[in-house]
Amino acid sequence: MARVLVGVKRVIDYAVKIRVKPDKSGVITDGIKHSMNPFDEIAVEEAVRMKEKKIAQEIIAVSCGPTQSQDTIRTALAMGVDRGIHVEISGPEYQTLQPIHVSKILAKLAQDEKVDLVILGKQAIDDDNNQTAQMTAGVLDWPSGTFCSKIENNNGELTITREIDGGLEIVKMKTPAVLSADLRLNEPRYATLPNIMKAKKKPIKKITPKDLGVDVTPRIEILSVEDPPVRQAGAILPDVDTLIVKLKESGHV
Amino acid sequence: MFSICVKTLRATSKFTSLARYESTLVIAEHNSKNLLPLTCNTLTAAKKIGGDITVLVAGTKCQAVAQNACKAKGVSKVFLADSDAFKGFTAESLTPLILKLCNEHKFTHILAGASAFGKALLPRVAAKLDVSPISDVINIKASDTFIRTIYAGNAIQTLKSKDNVKVISIRGTSFELLPLEDGDAKCETVPTDDYTSNQVEYVKQELSKSDRPELTSAKVVISGGRGMKSGENFQLLYTLADKLNAAVGASRAAVDAGFVPNDMQIGQTGKIVAPNLYIAVGISGAIQHLAGMKDSKTIVAINKDPEAPIFQVADYGLVADLFKAVPELTEKL
Repeated sequence: MARVLVGVKRVIDYAVKIRVKPDKSGVITDGIKHSMNPFDEIAVEEAVRMKEKKIAQEIIAVSCGPTQSQDTIRTALAMGVDRGIHVEISGPEYQTLQPIHVSKILAKLAQDEKVDLVILGKQAIDDDNNQTAQMTAGVLDWPSGTFCSKIENNNGELTITREIDGGLEIVKMKTPAVLSADLRLNEPRYATLPNIMKAKKKPIKKITPKDLGVDVTPRIEILSVEDPPVRQAGAILPDVDTLIVKLKESGHV
Repeated sequence: MFSICVKTLRATSKFTSLARYESTLVIAEHNSKNLLPLTCNTLTAAKKIGGDITVLVAGTKCQAVAQNACKAKGVSKVFLADSDAFKGFTAESLTPLILKLCNEHKFTHILAGASAFGKALLPRVAAKLDVSPISDVINIKASDTFIRTIYAGNAIQTLKSKDNVKVISIRGTSFELLPLEDGDAKCETVPTDDYTSNQVEYVKQELSKSDRPELTSAKVVISGGRGMKSGENFQLLYTLADKLNAAVGASRAAVDAGFVPNDMQIGQTGKIVAPNLYIAVGISGAIQHLAGMKDSKTIVAINKDPEAPIFQVADYGLVADLFKAVPELTEKL
């Protein structure tokens, strides 16, 4: 039976309209609703389903970030994860924390915890990088199954359906492997109140990148974060005929 | 010793003309017959970085593609790596090849289009090189300074990379297509003896068949959302699309409801399009959808809800029942 590591990131809630800081250093995060990255919820759900099917034996959730990241780990625990690891990184180091750092942390934990499968979301909806799973697989030299919409696990033999540009692709690989979850993989469950209460008793281990021997020196310098150009307000047209006239005027038809 | 020389050269170059010493490897995406248009967008981005451009065409029976790539103006060399090992273009088989080429030729930049292929491959390469990749770049300010969007396109980040090799995926819609003409690059076959990876077994692809233009490069895109109510009703959009030679896309709601397949999804987590004309039909315009289409030149929205956020980005809005307006539009065009 497999041991599974899932990565969970605390991000600004997907429904929030973000605001850029006036000094262009980033976006405003203080006092803004945060939640678990939606793709990570899908990763957690998949791991929990593996446990329910008795394919997985233990699930460990990891989050790298400030103290509040523990809330995200608690959410994973309430969904059915067994225990958590909080890799504490805050302040300026967190501002420049990138997939390269996170992937090294996850790779080290995957080895230390002797896991067979790492499942991550395909991208975080804040930095939109879509890199961590691929890089974790690269660091470990494990196969990667990216953008999974279906994972069949037969004693460590994985048959994976991937979402690619023209449709779907099927690949096979053996564990240990790193997978990244696409939206279509599953529908994450809601944590019930009793499970949220139970999750409070589950252990979360706190460590630092230094404990793992991972250097989190910034690899990039953020020069600025700005608002995108605003589109000019358009016109509401009375009927289809006017629309056709407008499209003809602008040379589209 | 030699590597010290190279390092010194690079260090000095920072104080003189940086661009002169850049050398970029563009990883071609192709279907064994043709280069995909996204690769031609990526070549334009490579030109913006400056310096030498080398294209890698790796795959199975892809000689024609390499010859194709030689015709791109500004490309100095094309590497052809033809082997069964690259079947399915898996990241596991391609990464060692790219690393070897990178070691031998000391590329300063490695580029690919930000497609499912590029997104799966480049971060693995970057991890092996111990550098931080840069995803979905929309503009290049300098050879080490790049612009990309974050938070579903709601903020624009300018970043400076400190790594010695920059591994970058390029947003196709942000760069022109480089035409495959007037070029005279040399094609060099690279040895491919030892790249068979037993890590991943490629089984098959199930591609959606369509005669319409490809979504990400179409000049006109018509998209349907939850308001379409069913998959059958998408026929209304297909009929209109045929008249306009348009591609048909969808919002996540339409995909999740099973109206159309996933690969038609436009948005933060689907495809990013920037056509001349985008017609959104029965789409409310959630942040995640706007991320995929708000750089379209002209946006038309057809929606019966006057409060729908899509009207805030639409150049022309029609508050109407799509089941009446779309057939009328088709008929009158």
